[in-house]
Amino acid sequence: MYKLDFTVVVERFPELLIGAMATIALSSTGIIIALIIGVGGALLRNSKNAYLHFIVSSFVELIRNTPFLVQIFFLFFALPFIGVKMGPNMTAVIALGINGGAYAIEIIRGGIDSVSRGQREAALAIGLSRLDVFRYVILKPALRAIYPSLTSQFVLLLLTSSVCASIAAFELTSLAQKIESDTFRSFEVYFTITAIYLALSWLLMSVFGLIGRRAFAYPT
Amino acid sequence: MGKFGPDQFVFLMQGLKWTILLASISFIGGAVVGLGVALARTSNYRILRSATSAYIALFQGTPLLMQLFVIFYGVALLNISTDPWVAVSLAFTAHASAFLGEIWRGSIEAVPRGQTEAARALGLNYWSRMFDVLLPQALKISLPATIGFLVQLVKGTSLAAIVGFVELARAGQIISNLIFQPLIVFGIVGLIYFAICWPLSLLGERFERSLTAGAQ
Repeated sequence: MYKLDFTVVVERFPELLIGAMATIALSSTGIIIALIIGVGGALLRNSKNAYLHFIVSSFVELIRNTPFLVQIFFLFFALPFIGVKMGPNMTAVIALGINGGAYAIEIIRGGIDSVSRGQREAALAIGLSRLDVFRYVILKPALRAIYPSLTSQFVLLLLTSSVCASIAAFELTSLAQKIESDTFRSFEVYFTITAIYLALSWLLMSVFGLIGRRAFAYPT
Repeated sequence: MGKFGPDQFVFLMQGLKWTILLASISFIGGAVVGLGVALARTSNYRILRSATSAYIALFQGTPLLMQLFVIFYGVALLNISTDPWVAVSLAFTAHASAFLGEIWRGSIEAVPRGQTEAARALGLNYWSRMFDVLLPQALKISLPATIGFLVQLVKGTSLAAIVGFVELARAGQIISNLIFQPLIVFGIVGLIYFAICWPLSLLGERFERSLTAGAQ
C-alpha cells in the first residue's frame, strides 16, 4: 500500500513559492496585454470599417474555438519557421495575452453595446471631446457593467497559465513537474500546487473586488 | 524529414476519434452527475447545498490541468485502475459535472418562482415538480451556456495530451516531431478543432438569441 509522504513538498516549499510568484507575474502581464487587446479590439470591432470588423471578429472566433494548448504550440514551435523566435516565457505571456484578449474583446464589446446611444449623444451635445466621451461616458460604465465577467475571465487566465508548463515556461506547474521528476511524489506535489492555485485564484478575485470597489464606487 | 501526406492525415483523424470519444464520455457522464449536483445545490437541505457548493468552487478555482494530474495519479494510488483511459475520463467527467451543475443550478433558479408555487398548489411532489415542471423550462434556459461549456470541454480534452493520452493535440505533436513541419501540422490541428467548435458556438449563439427574443 502506498503511503502518502508530504515531506518532499515541505522541504521544497520555498521553490513552490517562487513558482507561485512566477505564475502571478506571468498571469498579471498576460492580463494587462489581454486588457489592451480587449479594449483596442472592441473599439476596432465597433468601427464602421467593414475590413477591421471582419479581421477582429475572425480573430475572436479563431482564438475562442481552438484549444490554448494548440495556440501555444503554434506560437512556440511553428512561428520560428517563419522567422519569429521567442523564448518560452515570452511565448507564454503573449499566448496568454492573445487568448485572454479574444475573450476580453467579446466581453468589453458587450459592455459598450449596453451603454445606450442617448448617453453618447448627450455627452457630445454638452461639448465633451470624443476621447473624453469614450473614456468617461462609454468605457467606464461599460467596464463597470461587465466587471464580474471580466474578473472570472481573468481568473480563468490565471488557471490556464498552468498549461504554459507544456513549453517549459517558468511558472508553478513546470516547477512542480521538476520536483515531481526529482522525487516521484507525483500525487503529493500536484495536490499541493492545486491548493496553491486555489489560493491564487481567491487572491486574484479579492484583488479585483478591491479594485472594482474603488474604481466604480459611484452611484448609478 | 517528411511531408504532410495522407498517412499523417489519417493519424490525425485517429487522434480526432479519441478527442470526440473523450469529449462525449465526459459530457454524458458529466451531465448525469451534474444533474445530481444541480439538484443538490438547489435542495432544501443545507448540508447538500454547502457540500456541492464547495465541490463547484474547487473545480472552478483550480486549473483543469491540475485536476487531471491529481485524479490521474490519485486513481493510480488508490489502485482503482492503471488504464489511462479510466483516469482521464474520470477527471473530465468530474470537471464537467461541477461546471454543468453550476450552469443548471442557475437555470433552475431562473425559472420564475410562480412555477414552483403553482406546482406545489397542485399537490405535485418534489420529483414531479422538478422533472415535469422546472427542469424542462430550465433546460431551455440553460442551452446556450451548456453548449458553450461543451465547446470548452472539447478544447479542454487537448490537455489529456500532457499526461500522454494520444488524442488530436498529442497526435499533432507526434507528427510534428516526426516530419518537422509544425507550421502545417499545428495549423491543421487548430483548424480541425475550429471545425468542431465553431459550429457549436454558432448554435449556442442562436439559442441565446431565440431566448432573448422570446423574453421580450
